[in-house]
Amino acid sequence: MSDDHVDGNALAGDLREIFAVDLTAATGRCAGCGYQGSVATLRVYRNAPGLVARCPHCEEVVLRLVRGRDRAWLDLRGTVSLEIPLPS
Amino acid sequence: MAIVSPGFTGRRRSPDAQLPPGQYLAEDFPVLTAGPTPRVTTDRWEFTVSTEVGQRYNWSWQQLMELPAEKITTDIHCVTKWSKLGTRWKGVSLDVLLEDVETAADYALVQSYGGYTTNLPLEDLLDGQAWVAYRYDDDDLTPEHGGPARLLVPHLYFWKSAKWVRGIQLLLEDEPGFWESAGYHDYGDPWREQRYQGD
Repeated sequence: MSDDHVDGNALAGDLREIFAVDLTAATGRCAGCGYQGSVATLRVYRNAPGLVARCPHCEEVVLRLVRGRDRAWLDLRGTVSLEIPLPS
Repeated sequence: MAIVSPGFTGRRRSPDAQLPPGQYLAEDFPVLTAGPTPRVTTDRWEFTVSTEVGQRYNWSWQQLMELPAEKITTDIHCVTKWSKLGTRWKGVSLDVLLEDVETAADYALVQSYGGYTTNLPLEDLLDGQAWVAYRYDDDDLTPEHGGPARLLVPHLYFWKSAKWVRGIQLLLEDEPGFWESAGYHDYGDPWREQRYQGD
C-alpha cells in the first residue's frame, strides 16, 4: 500500500459519531466501476481538509467526510448503496 | 499627546500579526492531498481555458514557458490551520493567460489532473491576484506540491490554489468545487475565517 493513504478502518471514529452502527463493516458499491467491498477496504486520504475515501479498484471518490466545529458533511455520491449488517 | 506610528520604526510586523485568525505558523511545507499524486510530464501537460460559449484556449508547456513570468513572494494559509510566510514562487499571471479571452462569465471552476476542482469568482483570478506557478523556492515545483504547475491564489485559503492545474472553465453561474460541495466555504477568505459553509 502506498504511504499517502490508509485503509477504510480510519473512517471508523468519524462515522461512529454520525451513525449508530459501525459502518466500516458495511458493504458498499462504487458508483464509478461497480466494485463491491466493505468500507474498510477503501483507500482513505486523510492528509486533507476532510477524509476522502476512494475505491481500491478505480480510485474514484466513494465517500467524503468533512468535520466542522459543530457539524459534519457526509458525501456519498460515489456510493450506489451501502449494505449494513444488522442483528437478526 | 504621544503619537505612535509603527510605520516609522521600520520594524517588520511580528509573525502573529501576519497570521489570520485561528492559524499557526508552519516552518515546514505540509503536503495535503485528496487522492493519488498525478505524475504529469511537461510534454503532455496542457492548460485549457474554456468559456461559457464553448470557446477553448490552449497552452502547451512550451507556450507557457514563453509567456512573461513573475516572481511572487507571498504568505499562504491552509484551511487546516497552518500558514507559511514569505513563500517564493515563479509563474505566469492569470492576467496574461486571460488577456485575450472573450467572456461574460463571473465565475471560474478550476480543474486539475486527477479530477480535483475548486471554484472562485473570476475577479479573484485577475488584477495580479493569481498565477499558474511552476517554480517554488528556485526549484521546479515537485509533484507532491502540485507540479509541474499549480494555481496560486494566495489571498484565499490554499485549497483554492489547485495543484496539478490543467484548466479553468469560465461560467455564468457559480458551481461548487470538490471541497466547496462537501461543507467548505464557497469563497474562503482566511482573514474573515471563512472555513465552512455559513462562516
